[in-house]
Amino acid sequence: MKSLKIAVLAKQVPDTRNVGKDAMNEDGTINRAALPAIFNPEDMNALEQALRLKDMCPGSTVTVFTMGPERAKEIVLEGMFRGADTGYLLTDRLFAGADTLATSYALSSALRKAGSFDIIVGGRQAIDGDTAQVGPQVAQKLGLPQVTYVEEILALEEGKITLRRAITGGVETVEAPLPVLLTVNGTAAACRPRNAKLVMARKKAEVTAWSVADVDADPAQCGLSGSPTKVKKVDSISFQAKESKRCTSSDEDIRSLVEELITNHTIG
Amino acid sequence: MDNIFVYCEITEGRNVAPVSLELLTKGRSLADRLGCALEAVAIGSGLEGIEADLYPYGVDRVHVFDDAALFPYTTAPHAAIITKLFTEEKPQIALMGATVIGRDLGPRVSSSLHSGLTADCTSLEIGEYEDKKSGKVYENLLYQIRPAFGGNIIATIVNPDNRPQMATVREGVMKREIRDAAYKGELVRHDVSKYIAPEDLLVRVIERHVEKPSHHLDTANIIVAGGYGMGSREGFDKLFELAKLLHGEVGATRAAVDAGFCDHDRQIGQTGLTVRPKLYIACGISGQIQHIAGMKESGIIISVNSDPDAPINSIADYVVTGRVEDVIPKLIAHYKNLTK
Repeated sequence: MKSLKIAVLAKQVPDTRNVGKDAMNEDGTINRAALPAIFNPEDMNALEQALRLKDMCPGSTVTVFTMGPERAKEIVLEGMFRGADTGYLLTDRLFAGADTLATSYALSSALRKAGSFDIIVGGRQAIDGDTAQVGPQVAQKLGLPQVTYVEEILALEEGKITLRRAITGGVETVEAPLPVLLTVNGTAAACRPRNAKLVMARKKAEVTAWSVADVDADPAQCGLSGSPTKVKKVDSISFQAKESKRCTSSDEDIRSLVEELITNHTIG
Repeated sequence: MDNIFVYCEITEGRNVAPVSLELLTKGRSLADRLGCALEAVAIGSGLEGIEADLYPYGVDRVHVFDDAALFPYTTAPHAAIITKLFTEEKPQIALMGATVIGRDLGPRVSSSLHSGLTADCTSLEIGEYEDKKSGKVYENLLYQIRPAFGGNIIATIVNPDNRPQMATVREGVMKREIRDAAYKGELVRHDVSKYIAPEDLLVRVIERHVEKPSHHLDTANIIVAGGYGMGSREGFDKLFELAKLLHGEVGATRAAVDAGFCDHDRQIGQTGLTVRPKLYIACGISGQIQHIAGMKESGIIISVNSDPDAPINSIADYVVTGRVEDVIPKLIAHYKNLTK
C-alpha cells in the first residue's frame, strides 16, 4: 500500500481536572499560572492512532499541528518524542482570542499550506472547552468527510479505512474513503510512551513557527475578529446555599430521618 | 424566516430522542418570548406520522426528510440537508442535542454557514448585548450559558451578527413538557434528492450495536450516588442494596468512576449525566462543582459525609455527618424496620 501523509491536531491545555483552590482569582477569573499546561488527553489518543497508521503503512509520515503561544511548541516536541516526524506551531497575536470557528480556519489554512494529507486525526475534544467542534469544522473547511468518536482503526486498505466508533448506547463500524478527518475518543488506546532515542535526538529540535501570513490566512477570519461567538460575561460558580437539617450517624438520628422521609412521602 | 428550529434526532425504532423533545419545550418558550414560530426538522427513514409526536410540544411546522439512506445517521447527508434548509429558511436560532449526533452535526453545519455554535449549554435565555468596541446594542439575542474551563466558571456566549445562533444542550438539562395535546402544526415533506448529492453517501455504516441502557438514571425518582469516599467497589455494593430497597438507581461521581468503584455509564455531572430525581442521596461525595452541575436540580438532597464541611452540604436539605460505612447499613436497617 502506498505510504500515507498523516496529520495530528493537538492542543496544549491547562489541566482543568486538577483545579486547586488557588486556580481561581478572587474576582472569579482564572489564574492560569496556577494550572500546569498539558498535552490535551484525547489528542494523545489521537497521536497513538496516527502512529499506528504509520506502523501499518511503512514510509508514512506523521506531522503534528498545534496553535498557541510560544511554549505550545512543547506539544510538537512531545509528539516527536513519541514518534511523529515533524510539526508546526501556529503562533501569532492575530490568532489570539479565537473561538472554535476561527481556530478551525487557522488550522485548515496550515494543513493546506503543508500539503494534502490522507488522514487527519485529532482528539474528540479538549478539556478546557469540551466543545468537540474543531475537528468537524476543520473537516468542513477542507471539504473532507469526518468520522468522530473513533475508538479503533479496524482496517486500512487502498483509499479506504474501516473504524469502530462510539455512539449513544453502543458502537458502530463505519467505512470511509480517504482522505478523511477522524476525531478520537478517550476510550481509544492510550498513547505509547516517549522513545528514549527520539528524546535524545530531538530534545533540541527547532519547531517551525507559522504566523497568519505564513499560512496565507485572511487576518479578518482569525482570532477574535474571526469569531462569530463573543463572551458576554464570565461568572464564577456559586450555588444557592440551603438551610439544611443536620444529624449524626447515631441510630436514633438515622431512624428519625428515615421516619421523616417516609412521612413526607419522599421514600416508601 | 427568523423562526426557531430544533433538529429532532431519530433513535432506534423511529423514536424521537428525549433530548429533542426537551429542546422543543425550550424552543417553544423562546419562540413565545420572541413572538416567532417553532419549527422541527426530522431526518431519517420510515418517518410516516412522526409529526404527530412533535406537534403537542407546540411545533408550528415539521420538516420531514424521509429516505432509506438517512438512517442510521451519517454526517454528510444530514449536514447537507440542514445547511440547505437553514440557508432557505434563515432561522434566528437553531438547537440540537449535545449527543454523539448533535456534536458531530452541529459544528459541521456551523462551519458551512459560518455561524457561531455554543456546545453543551446549561441554560438558554433572551437578552440584550452591547458591543463595547462599536457601542452597538443588540436586542433579543440568545444567551448561550455554559460551564467552561472544566466546569470551574460559567460563561454567557452570544452571536451578535451571524445567524442562526446555534447551541447544543445535553439530555436532561431542560425540562420536557407537552404544550397542548391538540396543538396542530403544518407538515412539510421535502424532496430529499434536492438536498443531498451522491458523494454525501460515501461514508457507510456497516454494523451497529445499540444496547438497552443498563440503568434508568434519567427517569429515576430516587438516586443513591457514591463518590470517592465510598472507598471501593464493595462500598458501592451497599449503595446498590439501598437503591434496590428504595426502587431507585445508583449513580457515581467522576472520581469514583475513575477509581474503578463504579461503571462509567453511571457517571453524574458535567461530563456525565444530568439528573433531576425527587430524592438524591449523596454518599461520600465532597461536591466538586462538576458533579453538582449534574444533580443540583434534584428535589431533596441528602448528604452523607464524614466531613461536616463538605462543599455539597451547602446545597443539601439533610446533612448526615458520619462515616458512610456506618450510615448506609443503618439507613437500610431502619427503612426495612419502618416499612415492615
